[in-house]
This record gives sequence, C-alpha cells and structure tokens, in this order.
Amino acid sequence: MVKLTIDGQEVEVEEGLSVLEAASKIGIEIPTLCYHEALTPYGACRVCTVEIIRKGWSRLSAACTYPVQQGIEVKTNSEKVRKARKLILELLLARCPTVKPIQDLAKKMGVKKPRFQVDNEECILCGLCVRVCQELVGVSAIGFINRGTERQVTTPYQIHSDVCIGCGACATVCPTGAIKIEDDQNLRKIPLWHTELKRKRCKVCGNFFAPEVEVDFLKTKDLQLPQDLFEICPDCRRSELGNKLSRLKTTVPRNFLTKI
Amino acid sequence: MNKKIENLEDLERIKEEGLKSIYPDKTKIAVGTATCGLASGAEEILETITREVREKNLSMTVTRTGCLGFCQKEPLVDVLRPGWPRITYCEMTPERAKKMVNELAQGKLKREWILAKMEEEEFLIEGKIRKYLLNGLPEAIDEIPLYGDVPFYKKQMKIAMRNCGFIDPEKIDEYIGRGGYQSLYKILTQYQPDQVIEEIRKSGLRGRGGGGFLTGRKWYFCRQASGDKRYVICNADEGDPGAYMDRSVLEGDPHSILEGMIIGAYAIGAHEGYIYVRAEYPLAVKILKKAIGQAEEYGFLGSNIFGSGFDFSIQINRGGGAFVCGESTALMASIEGKVGEPRAKHIHTVESGLWERPTNLNNVETWANVPAIIARGSDWFSKIGTKESKGTKVFSLVGKISNTGLVEIPMGITLREIVYDIGGGIPGGKKFKAVQTGGPSGGCVPEKLIDLPVDFEELTRVGSMMGSGGMIVMDEDTCMVDVAKYFLSFLQDESCGKCTSCREGIKRMLQILTRITQGKGEEGDIELLEELSQVVADTSLCALGATAPNPVLTTIRYFRDEYEAHIKDKRCPAKVCRDLITYTIDEEKCTGCMRCLKECPQQAIVGERKRPHQILQEKCIKCGMCYEACRFDAVKVE
Repeated sequence: MVKLTIDGQEVEVEEGLSVLEAASKIGIEIPTLCYHEALTPYGACRVCTVEIIRKGWSRLSAACTYPVQQGIEVKTNSEKVRKARKLILELLLARCPTVKPIQDLAKKMGVKKPRFQVDNEECILCGLCVRVCQELVGVSAIGFINRGTERQVTTPYQIHSDVCIGCGACATVCPTGAIKIEDDQNLRKIPLWHTELKRKRCKVCGNFFAPEVEVDFLKTKDLQLPQDLFEICPDCRRSELGNKLSRLKTTVPRNFLTKI
Repeated sequence: MNKKIENLEDLERIKEEGLKSIYPDKTKIAVGTATCGLASGAEEILETITREVREKNLSMTVTRTGCLGFCQKEPLVDVLRPGWPRITYCEMTPERAKKMVNELAQGKLKREWILAKMEEEEFLIEGKIRKYLLNGLPEAIDEIPLYGDVPFYKKQMKIAMRNCGFIDPEKIDEYIGRGGYQSLYKILTQYQPDQVIEEIRKSGLRGRGGGGFLTGRKWYFCRQASGDKRYVICNADEGDPGAYMDRSVLEGDPHSILEGMIIGAYAIGAHEGYIYVRAEYPLAVKILKKAIGQAEEYGFLGSNIFGSGFDFSIQINRGGGAFVCGESTALMASIEGKVGEPRAKHIHTVESGLWERPTNLNNVETWANVPAIIARGSDWFSKIGTKESKGTKVFSLVGKISNTGLVEIPMGITLREIVYDIGGGIPGGKKFKAVQTGGPSGGCVPEKLIDLPVDFEELTRVGSMMGSGGMIVMDEDTCMVDVAKYFLSFLQDESCGKCTSCREGIKRMLQILTRITQGKGEEGDIELLEELSQVVADTSLCALGATAPNPVLTTIRYFRDEYEAHIKDKRCPAKVCRDLITYTIDEEKCTGCMRCLKECPQQAIVGERKRPHQILQEKCIKCGMCYEACRFDAVKVE
C-alpha cells in the first residue's frame, strides 16, 4: 500500500494505481478526455494535469500516467493546475470548435472564446479508438500516422482495412463523436476508416444486425455460447433466448455481448 | 585464420602494425573523407591523387581519414612524409592535388595551399607526445604556421575527437596503434564493474547528448536495477539543425564508441548493445558496420572477451528520420519496432527501458570519452573544465562565422573566445548579434553575454542549454522573431503529436509568430506567447515539448524590442521579414545598367538603359535578387 495526500486528504491505496485512479477512489474527479478504465493510460490529452509535489519539488504532470508514490502530495485544483487546464481546453476548443463535449468542458474551465485561429476538426487524437481496437478487440485495424500537426488516426495506407470487423468499439469510446457508423440495411459503413461490411440477417426476424465478419470473428473466440446464438439479432435474442443466456456461466466481456 | 586478441602481447603486436600503418616509411597522403569533406569534393581529390600516384609510379600511400574539424577549409589533405612534420593542405581542388603530388615527389611544397604543420602530436590514451623526426626539410617549411599557432586550433583540446583525422577509420589496427582497446584490456583484467563505475563517477563526466546527467550515476542506477537482462544503447540519432559532431566521431573514429560501449556494458552488466543511428548518415552506418565486424574478428565483441568470461555484442538500428526518436524512450520504442513516440518517464529507463529492462543510454560523444577517462584516470579528466562541468565539449560552430567547423574545447571557455578567437569573428564586417546554442530546444544568447563561460550551468542559467552542442552564430542581419519562427516550424513538424499541449501549443505559437512577421501582430501577442510557452513547457510529456518554447522565451527575453518593433511599428529592424520591407532604387545612384532588371525573376523592375530604374511594388516578391545584383549600392531596403 502507498500513502499519499490528495487535495489535503491523506489516502492509502494499492501500489500500481495512477494518481487519477487514486483520486477517483476518494471521490475526487479529475477531468480527462483520453482515459478509459478498461484501457492502458496514454497521457495524450493532458486535461488531467495535476500538480505533484515530491521531495519539495512541484511540477505539473498528467494524473493518468503518474503512478502513486509514497509521500507525494497531489493538488488537483491549484491555481497552476486550473491555468494549465484552461489553456489546454482553449487549445482543444480552437481545434474542435463545434464538438459539444469540448465546448462543455471548455466552458466549465472558464474558456469563453479561443484566442487562436479556429480549425474545424472533430478528432482530438486522444487515441482511445486506437487502444480499444488493439487492446480489447485485438485486431489493430487503426493506428496513428504522421507526426506533429499532421498526425491522424487511420487505417494502414488509408484504405479499407482487412482486419477491421466493423464492431464499432472505436465509435463507442470516442469522446467527441468523430467516428461515425452508418448502418444502411445490409451494409455497415465507417467512412472514416473506409470500412464497408456486409451485415448479417437475423434468422428469426429477417432484419440486418451485426457485420458478418464480426460474427465470424466472435465465433472463433472461445465464448462458450450456443452456435445458433450467432444467427439471431439482439432484439430476438433478448426475447427468445434471454433466459437461456442468463443461465450461462461465461467470462465474456460485457460490451461484446451488447454488440451482437 | 584466427585473429582473436587474447592477451596484452597480441594487443601490443597489433599496435605495432597499426603504428606502421599510420606512419609508413614512405610518404602518406590522407584525404579527409568524412561527409563534410565529401560534400566539398574530397572523393574527387582522392581519386585524382590515387591516379597520379599510380600513373607516375610514385612510392606513396594514399588513404582516407576522418574529419579534422575545419569545415571552412575543406577539402583537407594531410601529408606525412618521413623527415617532415605533418602537413595539412586545405581548400584542395583536383588541379591543386595533382600539382601537390608532383611537388611532393620532388620533395617540395607550395606554401599557399597549406593550413598548418604539426611537429608533435599527442597520443592521448597513453599520455605521450610523439615528435616528428625532422630532416631534409623543404625551404617553404618555415613559413608554415604550427597547428598550435593557428587560431582555429589554438584553444582546442581533443578528447572525444582524439583520433579523428589521424587514423583511417576503417582500419582497426590504426585505432589500436594510437592506444585503442587498451582501456578495455585494463578494465577486463584489473577492474571490478563497481570500480569502473566509480572511476567514471569520479571523473564527473556528464551526458553529452543534452541532458547533462552524471554518467557514472546513471551507470550505477542501471547496475543496481533489478532485472534478468540489461542493455546499453548508443544514441547516434543526432538531429539538431546545425549539429554534426556525433557524425564526425562515428565517421572518423568508430572504435572509440565501440570501446566505450563495451566498457560501459561490463560495468553495468549488459551483454547486448544497440547503436541507434539515423539513416541519413549512410557513411556512418557503413563505417560502424565495418568497425563492428573488425571488433568481432579481434574478439573485442563476442564471447569471452580477452579471456575474461565477459560476453557482449552490438547491433545497429537505423532511425527513420524522426527528430523525436533522439528522445530516449521514443528511441527505445523505435528499436522495439513500435511507433517512435515518448512515454512517461516516472519510472526511469535505467530501471525499465528497452523491453522493460534496465537500459543505459548514452550519446556518441559520451561513449567516446569513456576509454580516455579509463586510460588517463578520473583525476586527469576532472581537472579539465569547470566545477560542475568536466572535460571538453565538441561544438559545431556554424552560421555567420568566419571559421565554420567542429571545435572541441575545455568546458568553461567563454563565448567570446569561441566566436572571435576560434571562429575568427563575423565575416563581412558585420556586427555579432547572438549565438543559438542547444538546437531547437536551446535558446539565443545575446551579444551582451558574450563573456559567458560555456558549461552546462551557465548556459541553463541564461535560458539556453548545452544540448548536443550546436552553435549557430547570428549577425545583425538576423531577425530574432524570424529565428524563433524557424525553430518552432521545425518543432511543429518534429513533435510526435501525442500531447495536446505540445502539438496544438507549438502550432498556435507558430501562427502568432508568423502573424507578427507579416505585420499583423497585435497588442498582447507577446504575453500570449509567454502564457503558451509556460503551459507547453509544463504539461508536455517529454523534453521536446518541455523545451520547445525556449527559442521563443529567450528571444523575447533578450530581444523584446525587436518583437515590439514588428508588432507596434510594423517594422523588421534586421530587414528580413518580407512583408515588412520594401525594396526601392535610389535614382541618384542608379546608373541604368539593367543588371537588376535582368536578374529580377518577376519582371518587377522597369527602366531604360542609362536611365534610373524603378521597382514595381505590386509585382515585387522581395526576394532580394536586385539588392545582390546591384554594383552601385542603388537598391535600398527599408
């Protein structure tokens, strides 16, 4: 266990936690745009910047990647922190002036109007989509390309990716709604990734549901589910097989099932 | 044939061979063919000399050597003739080279092409002076200055570059001839790893790559870290604009780096090493590969080195051209085959680095210093330099300076000595304005601080940094806002783009600077730049972001009036920013020669022969061609 102080409160937490996680344990919410509890912290958005005082030295650091250390003092709301966070949000707002969550967070930080030339991006390059695709889905269909201001998330060679299963986990974790999924009858489209996949027809109601490749992908996983379950859309499954499913003992990640 | 060197006798034997190769009993002509020499035509010189020697059937050896440092005078050719001092020819052309060979054949030489002569040279590793035997000297010899009297060389002291220009970098025997691999033998047979670390710690050697961390301490922490495997890395991803000292060591003396790494690996307990060298240095990669092959052949790399039971191997990794990969964690990610972007260093790389194992990374120049420290002892080394900065540092002196080149000087020498004594001052009678040190992360040191002693502390104190040792000299014609803009545009492209603050912050700072140079600066821009600088520096993950605002901050600190002139008066005092200057022709001075009219790429100059010309402002793109072309000083910049 590690003892530290957060905003004047002494806390004892297990080793290996980040400052962000430790703060959350005692009910102190640190704003962040690139952190997700199911994914490896990445430290890209810098919104979770906090002040860390260690051995008398004060410095700003991202709370999501800073591991708790014995005796450190964390200030999540000092003037230095507020000033830095406000400017970071101002920078993000200048990049994405029309994105609602950014507008809201910026407003909360006291940013009225960015003092910079505004762009019109939707993506803040937080990397949540890249991480979920790699760490949870396990296919790495997308990644970062280029560097500096040219950096973007895309598929290899910016063409349709052979490994994308169209599961849409990327869109689910995206904090700005930059990744859009269009389900058009028998097709699932993710225009940003140049993805177009055929959707499977439900054996019961005849409606299209998940992409065929996604269902095939799930079949290869040892999910210990009855095979006919993969042929039925979530609605029919709920009504007809709901009970059966609830009796199953599985270790399937919850968000996978809600996708089928 | 087994070439393995297993004991001191073997080493001594090769040393003799090496000395014979360096100082043959007939005339030797060594052409400096490092990248700097090649760029000024050394390959053609080498071919000319080789052909001439062969065709005339002369008894001479022609060989290659590394960089002698004096770029301004390239191509450089060294002549070693028994009975003569070492003679360095400069600014060679194929014609001159041909004549030189023929004169040498007759025992003569031409004074005007000669830079200097050397009557004795230092064998740094052994702490010996080798005097050249002098007899049968040609007449002109007395007119030639000694190396020590040439201002460019006078204040220099070569430790890291001790062999550059003295040996053929592709011949391991010549490296051994000048005391190479003796330090390795010494530590493997007489030192415990802890003693090696202690020796380096006591020497006070600090990382030459920019951070300036104490090398001995870094080694100590790495040795102490728990792990089944450890790595050592040589960072040869030199990327600062205007810095090329590492390249010169890589190309001129690769074995000094290898020997340093083997010593470090033994001290730390590593058995695998990597050299991460940028792919833009093809000659360095080629020479390193060859050097590693030779070291393996002699058994300095591989298993059971010098019969000590210690095993070590080195592999080369080529960097793909990202500046940020010079940052240690990004470099390690790149070696692992991942995207080269930095990660948080809350757990230091000496504990968890390459493949999450304890890893010690040092830069080229740091490694090259190691064998010298082991050979001469920490006391010797720590007597050189200042209180906190020991030894020498290689700087690349570039920009508006008479003597461009690589200079290795003891820490603590003043900027004035570097700029005026070694560098020969500013060409064209212009006024010195500032010197930019530390690359894009460094800052500009103004004229008023010219007496600043150069070491880690002093440079940091004035807002700049040592960095890897780039020194860009600027004269009165340099606009400091434009300089800040240049470095930020470099950093905007080279930031990995991960952190919002670095990526977006640098972009906005660059936009503001661009606006200022276009005459669209507003009241409050300087303050906004300062505010951005603070947050970019404080909240970015790696050193690139943390130091990116330095060029802006130091130029504001020392040249605020120049910023204000741009913003308030819409004027560029150095007459550089195109949107703030106009070119006009002085009717009194213009003779109507039509020279500028012909040069103008925009046909923006009108006029008749022998009548004053005029510049059409709406067509003028302010390229300055007319200004350069005019022989009557009639073109004015306002």
